[in-house]
Amino acid sequence: MLRDNISKQDEGGGVTTSEILSVAETGGGTGVPLLEVDNLQVEFKTRDGVAKAVNGVSYSVSAGETLAVLGESGSGKSVTAQAIMGILDSPPGRVAGGEVRFHGKDILKMSDEERRKLRGDKMAMIFQDALSSLNPVYSVGDQLGEMFRVHRGMSKKDAKVKAIELMDRVKIPAAKARVGDYPHQFSGGMRQRIMIAMALALEPDLIIADEPTTALDVTVQAQVMDLLAELQREMNMGLILITHDLGVVADVADKIAVMYAGRIVETAPVHEIYKRPSHPYTRGLLDSIPRLDQKGQELYAIKGLPPNLLRIPAGCAFSPRCPKAQDICRTEIPVLHPVTEQDGTELPGRGSACHFWKDQIHG
Amino acid sequence: MRRNIQMVFQDPYTSLNPRMTVGDIIGETFEIHPEVAPKGDRRRKVQELLDVVGLNPEYINRYPHQFSGGQRQRIGIARGLALNPEIIICDEPVSALDVSVQAQVINLMEKLQDEFNLSYIFIAHDLSIVRHISDRVGVMYLGKMAEIGTDAEIYEHPTHPYTQALLSAVPVPDPAAREGRERIILTGDVPSPANPPSGCRFRTRCWKAQDKCSTEEPLLAIPERFKGQDTPAAHNSACHFAEEKAILAV
Repeated sequence: MLRDNISKQDEGGGVTTSEILSVAETGGGTGVPLLEVDNLQVEFKTRDGVAKAVNGVSYSVSAGETLAVLGESGSGKSVTAQAIMGILDSPPGRVAGGEVRFHGKDILKMSDEERRKLRGDKMAMIFQDALSSLNPVYSVGDQLGEMFRVHRGMSKKDAKVKAIELMDRVKIPAAKARVGDYPHQFSGGMRQRIMIAMALALEPDLIIADEPTTALDVTVQAQVMDLLAELQREMNMGLILITHDLGVVADVADKIAVMYAGRIVETAPVHEIYKRPSHPYTRGLLDSIPRLDQKGQELYAIKGLPPNLLRIPAGCAFSPRCPKAQDICRTEIPVLHPVTEQDGTELPGRGSACHFWKDQIHG
Repeated sequence: MRRNIQMVFQDPYTSLNPRMTVGDIIGETFEIHPEVAPKGDRRRKVQELLDVVGLNPEYINRYPHQFSGGQRQRIGIARGLALNPEIIICDEPVSALDVSVQAQVINLMEKLQDEFNLSYIFIAHDLSIVRHISDRVGVMYLGKMAEIGTDAEIYEHPTHPYTQALLSAVPVPDPAAREGRERIILTGDVPSPANPPSGCRFRTRCWKAQDKCSTEEPLLAIPERFKGQDTPAAHNSACHFAEEKAILAV
């Protein structure tokens, strides 16, 4: 079945990674995944031409599962999330193709009104910068309560009670006393808790967290990540964690999708990717992390720069930076091949968009 | 004085004047210190510096926006090198860069250090990069030094609870190494520096804190119990109850 999919990709270009990934639904999900992104394409009109930010991304998340999307700036990881949420800056951005199925229904075909009802209620997002994501002129209680007033038609008084409950839930000390405080009166870590509280308010099925701890101190980062993981378990939510930090990924994710220049270049259950990466980009990222036994030696560095999205290199977008690139890499875009053991045994959930994935993982 | 101490800043986007060419940005240092390069020689000197940091010397007339983040950081480093300083203070020099570019800049900095016999004061929060580049490490908390020692002393034999918590909280990009590790999750946030806690500044978040910690400020010294001993734990640590605790699987 996998083979069929791959050959379909080769002919029609319709990438069906979600079907490859669904083999690996290990994280407790059964039946239809909560969210399936299928061959999503997003582009931005700019003065200098069309920037192809997302070029056929497919992934899926089940209830209770955490998918980490790893990539550098410009890899398309955040734009994919914005397209799922329906908060793409548009224009200049637009979804140019693909499907996003939520509980099996394509939400890209829904009306704006229907999508607005999904946001906050069924799917919610946590942003990187809590200070600029919260409204500075309303108290946090007002902003948390708004979720209940708008979506649940609660009275102001009831909404406030709910807001305090939520603040307790995300472990903000003295919630009752602080419900009337404004965002600037909270520390960075507390503000990020409020963002989490807001995202969780209506008990959504899916949370997308875009670099949720990048702006925080290391010790606070650990608190916030632990809290998020705990609440996810309790509420059995699907979580998409967008990050550039391989360390954060290792701590919380079940599976991982590595993005480069708007495509997924590698997918794998999280533990395996560190042991045996199957794409030269992933390998390069892992090798460039300083290790204890290499002190004093030169670090491995991926040469060159991430590509300009207006001029994505022909063939494999990573080929100009790849130490293993051959002629085929510069002409033919590699599809996401299912990765197998040398004897052909399937490795569930693993995929590599490298023409030479076999050399990568077995060589 | 500033001739001998230079600085490389964190944000390569705001630390270079967008209206000046790269040649002017780096060359400006010679305006203030003309003794380093006489007027006629400046252009050549700037081009030399660009070459040293791995940029094409022909880019001398370009503006900062024409460069990527990593390249801009190289420009910042070239500016830092211009006056042949003895010390360069690097304030989070790679944290604004993409992961795949960070290693390039770190390698460049190490190469320059060897070449020019530089001393670095390297300010950073990424523990793996800190360990890679430093000979000695100082851990700061709320405006005070909590612990200071060689990199092996700090990473393998931390005695201050804050260092221990910090090492345990850092995300390790290797699930295998992570499993053997004890996690210490601190409660609360860093207190306001305007009104720091009495005594030990870390006591409000410390699991070992006792009455003494709120009344008596611990000095940065070799802890009493390790004094005179030939152990890596005998390094400066500002804690009344300093004890060794291995955090990272070595």
